[in-house]
Amino acid sequence: MKRRDFLKLAGAVSLAGCATPVPSKARVVVIGGGFGGATAAKYIRLWDPSIDVVLVERESAFVSCPISNLVLGGFTGMQEITHGYDALRRHGVQVVRDEVVAIDAAKRSVRLAGGSNLGYERLVVSPGIDFMFGDIEGYAAGMAAGRVLHAWKAGEQTAALRRALEAMPDGGVYLLSVPAAPYRCPPGPYERISMIAAYFKASKPRSKVLVLDANPDVTSKGPLFKRAWSELYPGIIDYRGNAKVVAVEAGAVRTEFDTVRGDVLNVVPPHRAADIAAKSGLITTNNRWCDVDWRTMESKVAKGVHVLGDATLSAPLMPKSGSMANNHAKIAAAAIVAQLNGRSPEDPKIINTCYSFVSGKEAIRVSSVHDWEPGKQTLLPVKGAGGVSAARSEAEGTFAWNWARTIWADSLA
Amino acid sequence: MRWIVIASAALAALPAWAQSQSEARNLAAACAICHGTQGKPAPNAPLIPLAGLPRDHIVAQMQAFRDGRRPATVMHQIAKGYSDAEIQAMAGWFAAQKR
Repeated sequence: MKRRDFLKLAGAVSLAGCATPVPSKARVVVIGGGFGGATAAKYIRLWDPSIDVVLVERESAFVSCPISNLVLGGFTGMQEITHGYDALRRHGVQVVRDEVVAIDAAKRSVRLAGGSNLGYERLVVSPGIDFMFGDIEGYAAGMAAGRVLHAWKAGEQTAALRRALEAMPDGGVYLLSVPAAPYRCPPGPYERISMIAAYFKASKPRSKVLVLDANPDVTSKGPLFKRAWSELYPGIIDYRGNAKVVAVEAGAVRTEFDTVRGDVLNVVPPHRAADIAAKSGLITTNNRWCDVDWRTMESKVAKGVHVLGDATLSAPLMPKSGSMANNHAKIAAAAIVAQLNGRSPEDPKIINTCYSFVSGKEAIRVSSVHDWEPGKQTLLPVKGAGGVSAARSEAEGTFAWNWARTIWADSLA
Repeated sequence: MRWIVIASAALAALPAWAQSQSEARNLAAACAICHGTQGKPAPNAPLIPLAGLPRDHIVAQMQAFRDGRRPATVMHQIAKGYSDAEIQAMAGWFAAQKR
């Protein structure tokens, strides 16, 4: 793409606040405006304002998965988790509402659904996940008929699941199916169980939460979740491990062993790196995930392409989380700024923190510090650091809300 | 002749200085998910801004978190992941940020 084409594109979006006083050194294109992509776009501009950054995002606003379980419990609303992209523009990020339909890593160019091509020196791909609907018989038809929801990408599905819970008569069964790890947000299903149990306890006390978990047991913060369930929601939650859902029917799901009835079916299918990663050949492992060099986030198979967030083949003991995607973005931003300035990238060291609410006010947490290990060429948790909450508490709840509001601002404002 | 030698030594040290500044900046950036971009939390946040805090104060607090003298919900677990040199570097970077 020629410079004048880019200027035309830039003219199509607001130029307010985008005046760069120094001539452009290079252009970075970022695909996806979630915790990974938005943070990468912002931090590249913060750390080197002479680099042009174009963020391509198909939605008009970001809807946060973290805190979306509180919407399901009725503790907050969709407006709280929905954030626009205007604040990113103040950093000089060119936000383009479009969809990248093809990546040509050899020519260093992407094609937009709108028809134009966009050249780059460095590409950041932070596309999130897409679902493997085909792994569950009847899922696609059930979803089209409104019989089943995933609500594992926040947005219309979140609002629809809340409506379904509100419409369910007291005495009904909410059924959640959890996919086998790895999946987005390891503690997310268990927070969701807690939030919906809290809603039932307050508003529909004869209703039940039935959990079919493909994993043998709760995959994150298990003792803390189970203690909260038995103390706060006795008799409401029926948790079953090693229960993989293979089919969705009308008003029921089928596991490998039996058929289980539910009034609201919330089946989360297994997922993989999103479609654009799949069709661009960035997926390297199990037909699902994108392997990267953890020192720079650069793809193992495409030069000049940095892949972030849930789409990556996770480093050892690293969760697919918003905190991690935000930190992956900072590794990529530092590496890209170093490389475009002729320096070698610094060794990364990052922090994960995941809060989960177990009631309207109380939360629990898991944290870890991940350091570059030159001998193994990957990021590994620092031994002796990190851990989980001593107990659920309102203090952790206060810090959970602080984390959410702060990471939204750190990524998008 | 001597000033040329000194000047070239200073110039040669510049990339190393830039590298250490970037390393401190990168380490500090990981804290932003709870403490805000460049150590500036949102208005009404329950955390005090790290930006502009005296370096020695930040170092002392991190050491107190690390050895358990200062009680915490999470920072005792995070602080254990960092060496003295890393804490010094991050503290220096936060201290240099405008409030």
